[in-house]
Amino acid sequence: MSTRSGDLGSSRRILAIWLPAFAIDRWRIVTREAGGTLDSGPLVLIADTAHGPRIEAANRIATDAGARRGMMLADARTLCPEIATAPSDPAGDLAFLEQLAVRARRWGPWSAIDEPDGLLVDVTAVAHLFGGEEALLEDVRAGFARRDLAIRTAIAPTAGAAWALAHFGRAGAIVDRELEPALADLPVAALRLGSDVLTVLRRLGLKQIGDITTIGRDALQRRFRKRKVPEANPLLRLDQLLGRIPEPLLPVIEQHAPFTQRRLMEPIRHRALLDQVVSDLAGDMAQLLESKGLGARRLELGLWRVDGEVAVRRLEMSAATRDPAHICRLFAARLDDIEAGFGIELLRVRASWTEPLALAQGYIEAQAESPGTSLATCIDRLTVRLGPKAVSRPVPFASHIPERAQRWKPPLEREPPTQGMLEFHARPLKMLDTPERIAVLYASPDGYPQRFRWRGRVHEVARVEGPERIAPEWWRERGSVRLRDYYRIEDERGRRYWIYRQGIAGDGRGGAPDWFLQGLCA
Amino acid sequence: MPFATTSLPLASLVDAGAIAARNSTRWRPGLAAAGKAALHSEVFASPNEAAGAGTALALALDDWRNLPRGDAHAGTPAEPDARPVLWVQTRDAARLSGRPYQAGLPKEVRDRLIHVLADTAQDALFALEEGVRCRDIAWVMGEIAGNPKALDFTASRRLTLASEKYGVPLFLVRLDAARDLSSARMRWDVTSAASDAPRWNAQAPGAPVWRAELFRARGHAPGEWLLHEQGGTLKARRERQADNDTGALNWTAGLQRRRLSQQA
Repeated sequence: MSTRSGDLGSSRRILAIWLPAFAIDRWRIVTREAGGTLDSGPLVLIADTAHGPRIEAANRIATDAGARRGMMLADARTLCPEIATAPSDPAGDLAFLEQLAVRARRWGPWSAIDEPDGLLVDVTAVAHLFGGEEALLEDVRAGFARRDLAIRTAIAPTAGAAWALAHFGRAGAIVDRELEPALADLPVAALRLGSDVLTVLRRLGLKQIGDITTIGRDALQRRFRKRKVPEANPLLRLDQLLGRIPEPLLPVIEQHAPFTQRRLMEPIRHRALLDQVVSDLAGDMAQLLESKGLGARRLELGLWRVDGEVAVRRLEMSAATRDPAHICRLFAARLDDIEAGFGIELLRVRASWTEPLALAQGYIEAQAESPGTSLATCIDRLTVRLGPKAVSRPVPFASHIPERAQRWKPPLEREPPTQGMLEFHARPLKMLDTPERIAVLYASPDGYPQRFRWRGRVHEVARVEGPERIAPEWWRERGSVRLRDYYRIEDERGRRYWIYRQGIAGDGRGGAPDWFLQGLCA
Repeated sequence: MPFATTSLPLASLVDAGAIAARNSTRWRPGLAAAGKAALHSEVFASPNEAAGAGTALALALDDWRNLPRGDAHAGTPAEPDARPVLWVQTRDAARLSGRPYQAGLPKEVRDRLIHVLADTAQDALFALEEGVRCRDIAWVMGEIAGNPKALDFTASRRLTLASEKYGVPLFLVRLDAARDLSSARMRWDVTSAASDAPRWNAQAPGAPVWRAELFRARGHAPGEWLLHEQGGTLKARRERQADNDTGALNWTAGLQRRRLSQQA
């Protein structure tokens, strides 16, 4: 699941359920079922550590007496000598939580565990089945109360916001549109940050989420620029809370990739039959995907042989598709090296990566007018035959060094926004993969080149423009890297090149500078 | 000697020339506007200069700019053609003459280039054909080094037919290659030529100029031009100033002049 950015009000509704006394509640349930006696005085659940027993959870009476989670038992005993103990059971707790998460699917089609003591349920567009969101929360409360589990709940457009409201907001909070003001009064701990980051924020005087927005984003961005993990970066967490960036969560019951299979009565050993079965499978897969409104980006074809071998062929498409003819053709290119052995008895196609693909109007006129293939189809065919790295597109990259200023990206990916190029920077049409060394004759070491030898031929320099000095990127490279002086030159026969001298004489970074030819101008 | 008083044999020659000129017009830039663009061209060039790729791009852009677009009868303005350009290179060609560099490409091509790097000539031919069959591609550029066995007359005929069936132009740059058999509709041999001096710095290299020889073409007489781009259009001029003065359309002009000078 990912919470979409943008229109918060209309997008998702996430229900967060927090069980504040989860371990103790579960201990009571287990003890009651076993016929034991429930706690009447202070009780703590303990785990053994290298330094002695440590408290994992405490009931209300023990908490009032001074016992806290994370305290050593010996310390708690000095405060409250009559404290009773029971072993904690984290594995059992997790299994129980998973059960609860599956059960929580009665309130929504999708639920996730929020370790160690919470649940998240997607209740988008289901509240009306319970008579509104208030009634839904009431139903949740009653459901857990029947099992003697204490809970706090909240409904919000993002998982992060729902979590924050369930833990720190008023009980049963429902936030719809005005997300930011509703969260402003919550403490910064509601951002789900690590304890060290919370310490930093406390020292900065930032106590509430609203404070973070008041001091300006740039200041915090500078301070936390190295922290890429959301737990360590309050700005990332804030964006997740407000739904500006997605926050993936694992559902408790994973969504199955659509798959179709054919068990064959008689093992097949010949290519013609194999092609037939693959085309049948592609047709089934197209129907299946169409019924779900999906298109496949990655397909896996598994071929189970009689003698126990399995061959798997994977396809990755540049755009979501479910066209059986296209899928068949792509697979056909990958089936040439299949060893049938004693025969193939089972084939299975699985769409392990799908994207939503709405039903589209079929070609009525477009196909008749222009009979060619579409761009995505063309790219897919090229990628399948030539390999995924072979097809690419150049995109600009922010760097001064010419060979770093261009990167290669998959062809149909959207281009990142970049700064415009400077018009007065004349660049060559083509660039050699590695600059080739040339021997240059010049009048003075720092002057214009007069003649050079490249690939065994001598070129007389007729016209020259330069130098364009490009300094090394000191923030990235070592100090001994030399600068480059680029010259655009034309030789006596009109051939135009882009050459550079690496370093200048006497720059203290090596001997006489070398010359290289890097680009061929049109 | 005035033209009107020429003797009879020359007049008959002019008539024959006029008929021939109608049937076989000289190539000139902007032929695509009349729907006479060749869909499969080959450009022979040396791998040690970028003249081949430069000329192929210039020719392709010339065709693309002059292509009739939009519905002329309804008077709707043509929407800009933003289809990508496919540039296929074999690994040899890329090693010899480099890969396209985005910042140096013409503005129209800069952000819609798709590059394919093929290991062998067979793979490159496959990629060229797939590109030519794709209706969402503006034109296909290819660069193949040498005379690989896979690129024989059959392969080139296959490309010609595909490109003419699907209407996607193909410009194949042949680096370091002999002029072998091919069914390409236009075959060029290209080298760099000295550029004109820029206005503000006469010492600097100017806008690129190529010496292009059209040595075989269907529907055009062979010839040699100096090509350059000026203000976003392709211009062709003859190397001798005298050839530029007479009507470029009448290819008998040269013959006439020779005849006249002999008579004088």
